[in-house]
Amino acid sequence: MSDTPKQHDWTKPAAMAIPKGGFFADKVEQGRYGPIFPKTPACYGFTIIAKIKPGSEETVRSYGKKIEETIAGLPEALEVLQLHYLRWVLFDINKETYFMYQGIFDTDFDKYTEDAVALFSKYGINTVFENLEGFPEDWKTNAPAFVKFVREHQCPSFLEYGEYPYVSAREIKKALKLKAAFSDALDQMQ
Amino acid sequence: MQGGKLEFDDIQHILLTRAPAITGRYEFLSFRNAAGGRAWLSAILEKVHSAAAVRASVGKDKRWVSVAFTWNGLRALGVDDTSLATFPEEFKQGMVARAEILGDSGANHPKNWVDNTASPDLHAIVILFAKDPTERGRCQSEHKKLIAHCEGVEVLSTLDLEAVPPLAYPHDHFGYRDRLSEPAIEGSGDEPRPGFGGSVKAGEFILGYPDEEGSIPPLPRPEVLSRNGSYMAYRRLQEHVGAFRDFLRQHGETPEQQELVAAKLMGRWRSGAPLVLAPHKDDPELGADMQRTNNFNYKEMDPHGYAVPLGAHIRRMNPRDTAANMNRRRMIRRGAPYGPHLPEGTPEDGKERGIAAFVICASLVRQFEFAQNVWINDKNFHELGNERDPIIGNQDGTLEYKIPMRPIRKKITGLPAFTTLRGGAYFFLPGLKALRYLASLGTPR
Repeated sequence: MSDTPKQHDWTKPAAMAIPKGGFFADKVEQGRYGPIFPKTPACYGFTIIAKIKPGSEETVRSYGKKIEETIAGLPEALEVLQLHYLRWVLFDINKETYFMYQGIFDTDFDKYTEDAVALFSKYGINTVFENLEGFPEDWKTNAPAFVKFVREHQCPSFLEYGEYPYVSAREIKKALKLKAAFSDALDQMQ
Repeated sequence: MQGGKLEFDDIQHILLTRAPAITGRYEFLSFRNAAGGRAWLSAILEKVHSAAAVRASVGKDKRWVSVAFTWNGLRALGVDDTSLATFPEEFKQGMVARAEILGDSGANHPKNWVDNTASPDLHAIVILFAKDPTERGRCQSEHKKLIAHCEGVEVLSTLDLEAVPPLAYPHDHFGYRDRLSEPAIEGSGDEPRPGFGGSVKAGEFILGYPDEEGSIPPLPRPEVLSRNGSYMAYRRLQEHVGAFRDFLRQHGETPEQQELVAAKLMGRWRSGAPLVLAPHKDDPELGADMQRTNNFNYKEMDPHGYAVPLGAHIRRMNPRDTAANMNRRRMIRRGAPYGPHLPEGTPEDGKERGIAAFVICASLVRQFEFAQNVWINDKNFHELGNERDPIIGNQDGTLEYKIPMRPIRKKITGLPAFTTLRGGAYFFLPGLKALRYLASLGTPR
């Protein structure tokens, strides 16, 4: 159960320093698959860094285009994840290539884990994950193994910042919709 | 054998059938030694009906028995460590250890439970459904005799079940019609009712069959133990009928307004009629019509919750077209009310009454625990900010309940708790062959 922060003042930018390990020892909340990383002014999110299998860089990279096409054809494809932003990065350390999956979203990952697994499978995001070293082969039918991989490769932030803290993507969309409706109403009154 | 047709003659009846019982009894058992536990199981398993047997003789039978075990109970019967390790983590830990995840804190915390189900000594449950009180009494004394013959088998607690009058239709102590939402299992012979989005793969409820992913997930070993089995989450939920009726009176001046308040908490009138289809006036005929009472959605028919508030019980427990992968979150519910009926107009008598129910599913963490953690107790479900399920959520008097209305919504603050958890446990419900396997552990083969 997430303890939703009381009404935060979105007009007041906020920063949060996070202890080593990613949790505040005195208020670790248990989720179904383990402790839940805290919500910060930059909402929930994760930064997964994992080594890719040698020779699979092009396969992983080509997936960027594929996701672009999927979303163009089906804009609501990833709606379930309640995302703000995704950033996929490939980089080298000592001639080995690493993949970084950084996502910022509005729900703690524990809650909709199985939905995320189903989604990854449906849109073939698995192709990317399956090129990561140590990714569980039976991940489709074994959500706990999937979660274990994600947790083991999660690199928690030690600082997060929000210019409009704690605001959800849905709230932003609602506000923009309201703004559009309002200017439309004003136009009608001219 | 993998997959294939449902083995009705091996699946315990409670998974697939609903006995026409009006009374019953649960007994919670502990096995002080394995031999005694197995002796008890050897005797009782003759009384446990399969789904096939109940379907063949339901008109004649007067009692229906099911048995299930905790993880500690499987160990107490002599299941070895290798096999025990293959059960899912949440089942091994048990409901008490999962309390925080389930939202069982405060008054609902296991330390406040009244029936010893929080004890690590809880090993088994025997569920009796009976046609009438005489039959229940007969079975109760038969079982007492059996236990007296099985060394080391102890009764930790018992609970008598009673249907709430009037018996013409099933309902809880608050008066809400029950048993409206039952998924149809593919291959069971049950037809999905309109509004349910079709039937659900057997593997979502019964181990050893393909689930909605299309494959058979990893199962506890050996196969003879897990096949045709399932998991059951037991919840003994006290219903505070006096507080509930006071609340209705406080928020509605006329009986009609009070009925509407009750309907807004549930999402259905107490008759069962859904607010999406009957937003302003009760329609008992609709409530009782299984072809119509579920035939609605939210996305098109009630996106803002003007009929069914976004946080209403039925909208949380089955968000229909507003949730992803609904068929991976389905559950079978069995059980019955307990405690004396409190007739309308009678003041609260302080006696415990409520519902003692089982949620049956193939994965406790993916189905039951998800429902508890996300649908029932996430304060921010549907971005509500400060709410939990108004009927079965963990309420401590600090949360609110919002009822969308034009032009301005009604906001109830300080919603009281209408229910309190008084007991609970995770059980494994084996198939009949598995029961025989368990009974024969320790004997040379």
